[in-house]
Amino acid sequence: MSPTKAIAALGGWIIDSIHRLGALARLLVTIAAGSGAAVRRPGLVSQQVHFIGNYSLVIIAVSGLFVGFVLGLQGYYTLNRYGSEEALGLLVALSLTRELGPVVTALLFAGRAGTSLTAEIGLMKAGEQLAAMEVMAVDPVRRVLVPRFWGGAIAMPILAAVFSMVGIIGGWIVGVLLIGIDAGVFWSQMQGGVDIFKDVANGVIKSFIFGLAVTLIALFEGWNAKPTPEGVARATTRTVVSGALVVLGLDFLLTALMFSN
Amino acid sequence: MNQHAARIADPLLNFSNVALGYGDFTVLRDINLHVRRGQVVAMMGGSGSGKTTLLRAATGQIQAQEGQVSVFGQDIAAAPPPELRKLRQRMGVLFQQGALFTDLDVFENVAFPLREHTRISEAQVVECVLDKLNAVGLRAAAHLRISEISGGMARRVALARAIVLEPELILYDEPFAGLDPISLGITAQLIRGLTDRLNCASVLITHDVAESFAIADHVYMVGQGKLLASGTPDELSRSDDPYIHQFLKGEPDGPIAFHYPETPAFEKWLGRHGGRP
Repeated sequence: MSPTKAIAALGGWIIDSIHRLGALARLLVTIAAGSGAAVRRPGLVSQQVHFIGNYSLVIIAVSGLFVGFVLGLQGYYTLNRYGSEEALGLLVALSLTRELGPVVTALLFAGRAGTSLTAEIGLMKAGEQLAAMEVMAVDPVRRVLVPRFWGGAIAMPILAAVFSMVGIIGGWIVGVLLIGIDAGVFWSQMQGGVDIFKDVANGVIKSFIFGLAVTLIALFEGWNAKPTPEGVARATTRTVVSGALVVLGLDFLLTALMFSN
Repeated sequence: MNQHAARIADPLLNFSNVALGYGDFTVLRDINLHVRRGQVVAMMGGSGSGKTTLLRAATGQIQAQEGQVSVFGQDIAAAPPPELRKLRQRMGVLFQQGALFTDLDVFENVAFPLREHTRISEAQVVECVLDKLNAVGLRAAAHLRISEISGGMARRVALARAIVLEPELILYDEPFAGLDPISLGITAQLIRGLTDRLNCASVLITHDVAESFAIADHVYMVGQGKLLASGTPDELSRSDDPYIHQFLKGEPDGPIAFHYPETPAFEKWLGRHGGRP
């Protein structure tokens, strides 16, 4: 490729990225403006919380358990070197509530519920369902996107809480049941060291923001998918890639904001 | 003419010197047509002649490149979004592919317009939906998922959904496609009966000559980028126009070419693939 063509391709990519970012922001504003519909019809949102939560619950719980197992083992090996294995409960709880709970849940959420949302909206578009809704004088943004957006944003912190809870149980199984750390020490260290606002509440805020971001990306990709099987397939891939990158980028920013002195 | 008679005479749908297309490409031009209350009007033409484009213009999905499309006496291009929604609430549309909501079952699909636009009780919703499903012969299919019904059944469900609000103007895009002969006859009579009972207007986008001629009051034929003919089914049946004659009789030879015309773009493509230029 000649240098001129390479520069043109790079410029095209940058312009396209800025254009997509603008379109994403516009969709967010449109969804926010139409969110009154979610308040008027909470049943539609709770239906989505149920569906989206169900999509991801098993994978979140199983992943949480194994992450808890690994944290228990790795934490014990490291802490044991310094003779402070009684802090294992605290290490497991802080790792999960502050970081791993929100981040890993959001990554799994993008892969499971996010792709489902993108494919669903993309196929609704391909099957003229969104056009039919518009012709029936029903705004598809308010009827389809708004309930799913808030459903995803609400489901994420709940799933992250499930992940952290199951992960802590995983850490307890390895640390207390298998290795033999004293149960009283395991739990009391955790109780004494985990702050409800600084650790738990910040984790919940993180997961809520991740939920908003991943759900918005999933809906945006579905909404803008080419109405063909190939277009929907590409859109679901973009949801996972963009969703994961945005979650990791946001995590760095939020961690810097929340836990810096 | 008294007010009532004037209201009946006013067209519910009116195309005045309309040109339609997508982007810079014009599909149809110089279209003049009107549909009045109580009429069943068929719009016919070959595949790709622009029939569905006419329907899209009537619903405001695309805007006329030239001329004016009026629905219920209002210029649809000039209607602001709230007004457009009000106009659309007075219409029912049967889409070519059915466009049923795949996340809802048969009952909820038909109930959808009622739940969105009315505040009637659940008992009334059930009664109304089952009544419409009964009219299309699918009362006992109310509980089925969309993935569990056949293509022909899906079109009948879509038909029930299009008429559930008993709109003043109903647009049917290929209502007879994919139906077995029994369903086809019953659907045609349902459209005619509904138009008479509700005193609404029905527009059929179709190329099914026999069924549409049996129920239509007026027929428009489009082709070659324009409105080719209009008249009652009898008038068109007696026409000597070679285009109309060929279309109605389904003859292979005539002014309507079966083969898609060769374009410079095709010749260029063929040259690249080693064929004759």
